[in-house]
Amino acid sequence: MGLKMVVTVKQVPDTHNLSGDAMKPDGTVNRNALPAIFNPEDLNALEEALKIKETIGGTVTAISMGPPKAKDVLKECLYRGADEVILVSDKLFAGADTLATSYALKCAIEKVGGFDLILCGRQAIDGDTAQVGPQIAEKLKINQLTCVSEIVEIDERSVCVKRSVENGYEIVRSRFPVLLTITAGANEPRSPSAKRVMAYKNVDSVVCETAYDETWFNPQSCNNVSRIREWNTQTIDADPALCGLSGSPTKVKKIENVVLTAGEVKQIPNTDAGIAGLIHELIEEHILG
Amino acid sequence: MSMTRNVMVFIELNDGKIADVSLELVCEAGRLARKLNTGVVAVAMGYDARNELMCLGGFGCDKVYYTDDSRLSFFSSVPYAGIMVSAIRKYQPGIVLFGATTMGRDLAPRVASALRCGLTADCTQLEIGDHGIRDKEYKNILLQIRPAFGGNIIATIVSPESTPSMATVREGVMKMAEPDPSGKTEIVMEPCCVPDEDFLTEVIQVVREESSVNLKSARIIVSAGMGAGSPEGLLLVKQLARTLGGVAGASRPVVDAGLMDRCCQVGQTGVTVRPNLYIACGISGQIQHRAGMEGAKRIIAINKDLEAPIFNIAHYGIVGDIHDVIPKMIKAYKAKA
Repeated sequence: MGLKMVVTVKQVPDTHNLSGDAMKPDGTVNRNALPAIFNPEDLNALEEALKIKETIGGTVTAISMGPPKAKDVLKECLYRGADEVILVSDKLFAGADTLATSYALKCAIEKVGGFDLILCGRQAIDGDTAQVGPQIAEKLKINQLTCVSEIVEIDERSVCVKRSVENGYEIVRSRFPVLLTITAGANEPRSPSAKRVMAYKNVDSVVCETAYDETWFNPQSCNNVSRIREWNTQTIDADPALCGLSGSPTKVKKIENVVLTAGEVKQIPNTDAGIAGLIHELIEEHILG
Repeated sequence: MSMTRNVMVFIELNDGKIADVSLELVCEAGRLARKLNTGVVAVAMGYDARNELMCLGGFGCDKVYYTDDSRLSFFSSVPYAGIMVSAIRKYQPGIVLFGATTMGRDLAPRVASALRCGLTADCTQLEIGDHGIRDKEYKNILLQIRPAFGGNIIATIVSPESTPSMATVREGVMKMAEPDPSGKTEIVMEPCCVPDEDFLTEVIQVVREESSVNLKSARIIVSAGMGAGSPEGLLLVKQLARTLGGVAGASRPVVDAGLMDRCCQVGQTGVTVRPNLYIACGISGQIQHRAGMEGAKRIIAINKDLEAPIFNIAHYGIVGDIHDVIPKMIKAYKAKA
């Protein structure tokens, strides 16, 4: 038997490591030039699911909503041990905020069906909102445990976790089904397995008219080359009005590129005299006691 | 109270005590409510915390809708979200604010999803303004301002087509006013209609560790960036902090690298601080970091790179290696003090 687990993963621009190419001459960021990476905490969520699979058994399904390029992160899931991977992709999803994103993922997860545990990264580094996980849980009408830094105990019916909270932690338990959001501190994600990379490096996606057919998820009959299933709004029975921009209550009114303007900085020479003068000035002004 | 929709604040109770961020948000709600000519209301849930809520009057809160039940002693997502959703449906606020704490970031998205309304996380500024969508002009709506995309852009977000507009705000971002001792609030007791089967989270243990550093109330903060990320560098930063009677902080990369504790992190996703003096050691000055410290009265930036953005917001800049500069500062301070 084992547990049926779903992991949500996202491909994000690497906003934490801005290289020279990503900067435009005017000092702003060229968002299109940023490398696309596997959202770091989603890797922690995947790792946690794979560890559970190894200890008590089960299956791991990774789902990503995004453009066709997001297949890259789904391949990474296959390389690490995911059993099935699904790309939820449709032009109608463009411009989705967290509410519209969680709606699409909820529809896809319902198509997968019969899950015990959903694991999400706590947040994605492009928006840092941490909203999609709880919103999926609400839409599926299931419980959620956020900011999980450790899975303390797990069996066929329930999970006990450690949640990091301000000034401490909580140990809490929930029966299945439940959604967990996993933090970076939970584990050290494994590297891809060389054997699995060889097996899956050439896989591509097939667009599915229906969510499942009889060959689906039978490892013997599965054609590796078409291992990534691609679902659209129709496959997952999503209402287009609730998807993408039209399903997003938040609108971007204004974007200001951060251009760092020169302020009134007083240059202090890096000499004993210069620094002594600064310390003296701050003591005089009662900034330093 | 006028006819316009109120500004509502979720009051976070931890062990029966109101979180500081909730008091800051009541003050900010008051500022927004004055612009809208409306009132401030609060929603709280917990057990035996009625007396604790009386102080909200001093911060300008008109009414508190309070649900008291022993099962609500500890946070649980489904019941808390259910109570919050009911309160919003019943009292129809125009704006709802949550602290961007672990609890607020768990609760607010769940509430927004149930109500299908907009929610903006980690706002660093809230304003009232207008916004046009196609031929429709929305007046006096909430402008939710936050850094996005790793802090490389500042986005102004609106959600005028759904009500209420909701936002989360980190602790320390909004200013807490001095309470007015004559301020009174009316506490309205709400029945708890949550069935037992909704209490899906069993709380086994709650451990509160007294934070060893208190960045928020520190007058002097010496912070380490990756330029001070070596063991010797961090030692120097801590030594300077101790010498000046301050505390040591860090930028996100230093904390992410496991070199300092998460409670030391200054910035948009860490702690927002307003010390008298902030010394940034080897910190480049990404906007997320600046969002957490630019309220400091005086900022000294020490960086090898003359082009580092931190110099643009610093009052004093020292171009040099922290391993060289910090010992000079310690020596100079010891000589003067």
